[in-house]
Amino acid sequence: MFENIKRMKKQDLRITGLVSKILLYVILIIHSFIVLFPIYMMIAGSLKDRKEIFYSPYKFPVNFRIENLIDVIIRGNIGRNFFNSLLITTSAVIIILLVSSLISYALAKYEFKLNKLIYYSFVIGLFLPIRLGSINIVKNLIDLGLYDNLASVIIINATLGLPLAVFILTDFIRMVPEELSNSARIDGCSEPGIFLKIVLPLLKPAVITIVLFNTIRIWNDFWWSLLLIRDKNLRPITLAVSKYFGEHVADYGKIFSVLTISSMPLIIIYLILSRFYIRGLTGGAFKE
Amino acid sequence: MNIINNIKKRKIRYFLFWFSLPAIILYAGFMVIPIISSFGYSFFTGAGLTPDKFVGFENYIKIFTEFPYKDRFINALGNNFLYYLVITVLQTIGGLTVAILVTRKFKGVKFFRRITYLPTTIAILVTGYLFKMLFSQRIGVIDKFLEMLHLGSFIRPWFGDPDTALYSIAIAATWQWMGIVILLFATGIDSISEDVLEAASIDGASGWSLTRHIILPLMVPVMRIVFMLSFIGNFTGFDMVFAVEGIDAGPNFSTDILGTLFYRSSFSAPSLGGWGIGMGSTVASLSFLIIGIGLVMIIFIFKRFEKE
Repeated sequence: MFENIKRMKKQDLRITGLVSKILLYVILIIHSFIVLFPIYMMIAGSLKDRKEIFYSPYKFPVNFRIENLIDVIIRGNIGRNFFNSLLITTSAVIIILLVSSLISYALAKYEFKLNKLIYYSFVIGLFLPIRLGSINIVKNLIDLGLYDNLASVIIINATLGLPLAVFILTDFIRMVPEELSNSARIDGCSEPGIFLKIVLPLLKPAVITIVLFNTIRIWNDFWWSLLLIRDKNLRPITLAVSKYFGEHVADYGKIFSVLTISSMPLIIIYLILSRFYIRGLTGGAFKE
Repeated sequence: MNIINNIKKRKIRYFLFWFSLPAIILYAGFMVIPIISSFGYSFFTGAGLTPDKFVGFENYIKIFTEFPYKDRFINALGNNFLYYLVITVLQTIGGLTVAILVTRKFKGVKFFRRITYLPTTIAILVTGYLFKMLFSQRIGVIDKFLEMLHLGSFIRPWFGDPDTALYSIAIAATWQWMGIVILLFATGIDSISEDVLEAASIDGASGWSLTRHIILPLMVPVMRIVFMLSFIGNFTGFDMVFAVEGIDAGPNFSTDILGTLFYRSSFSAPSLGGWGIGMGSTVASLSFLIIGIGLVMIIFIFKRFEKE
């Protein structure tokens, strides 16, 4: 009798185990399909000519036509926009790392009067709907003579990255053992020297997280360049894509091409660095 | 230790100052002060970006009583709540489900987990254009799918019909942002200590009951963060609507949300829906208040929920 019940229970478990395993794969495969299909269609579409897009929009491209891609690059002059985006993104990310690591080090390692106040005002910054200050920001940047200048987009995008960077880095630096810096101090190392030689190298996972997160955010930024850039030659890639879409709305091949070109760099970077990214986040920032 | 302390004290002052200064200047100058002072401009009138005359609370009275201000604002606010609710419900249910699955150990988990974040790396604008194609009549995948199911009669211009446009945009936005929600939930689940899970499984909890009684309650704080971030994001959202429906948030303002209204009223020419700096700042200030109240309410609701 008992034996029977036991066996039944075991069987139940195994069946539910099997069922839930199948369910797990089914849900995840459907989810991955939903995630990947639009991206696949975009890339495949960029390699088809007009006829092929209309008659077999979902099939794998047969002829691999790169005319559209070449046309976008040469006649659309997209290289220029690509370079602008690259310049904006790298400059802003470097500023974020530099500025936030300095203040985070001060906040994490030293008790001073305004320490808590400064730290928490940066934390609040994570929840500030900053776009609502756009009127003032645009006016300030006009007053500084930076309107229609890439510097304005760089400054504002760098500033918006600070709260998260300060939050993550302060957390990480707190975990660096004090003994390390103290022994360097005894050896006569200066405070900035300690920061550069001892602390900075230990922050790699946090830095990778911050770099990836901000690269994605800034490369894809549209709002600020829409507000601050007028000159055709200064447009970053997102702004160029929006103009291009308006001008070629019926030419699907060209549209898919320009969308592909603008999003490929990040897709590739993400796939290469995602291992660090996900580990970086789990490694410290969000762990309590 | 005394020596160290002395060295510390001597040097600390100057370098703390210089270390903190750049961040504080940028943060105050380009984030904190602009937000605070945008309240100031809401008490002025003026065309374009130059404040002209102090008018007190007149702009606020206008936006709640006068055509077209009142109509546009109330419409955008209503749309925005609907937009937020649809996205947040879809994201939370979908995100939590996928997060629970990708934190299990099984073959291929790394692949599935990595894929989830991919859409978030794509520009919102690009996602908007992409979904415009996916929902289009000539090559749209939704229409083909419905035809396959013999539901062809339901086919409509998804982004062109006032009844479906906002929902279609919400679906595109969900596709875009669910990766972040999954990442937050998965990180939360990862940080549940092994001991807790082990103790629970010794008590006989497994599968669904483990999820129901251990994982879900521990995910409530993460859910609160998701609701809050999503509130801020959606009540200042702009790119997706702009990509799909253009600056007028058509058809007939049915996809107008606070972000698009703010952009149009503040930065467009009067003929294109610009209301000048005073009204633009009024929209911004009210949006700011709404976001503030919304966040406080979310925190409050979660507190009550946790007590029960």
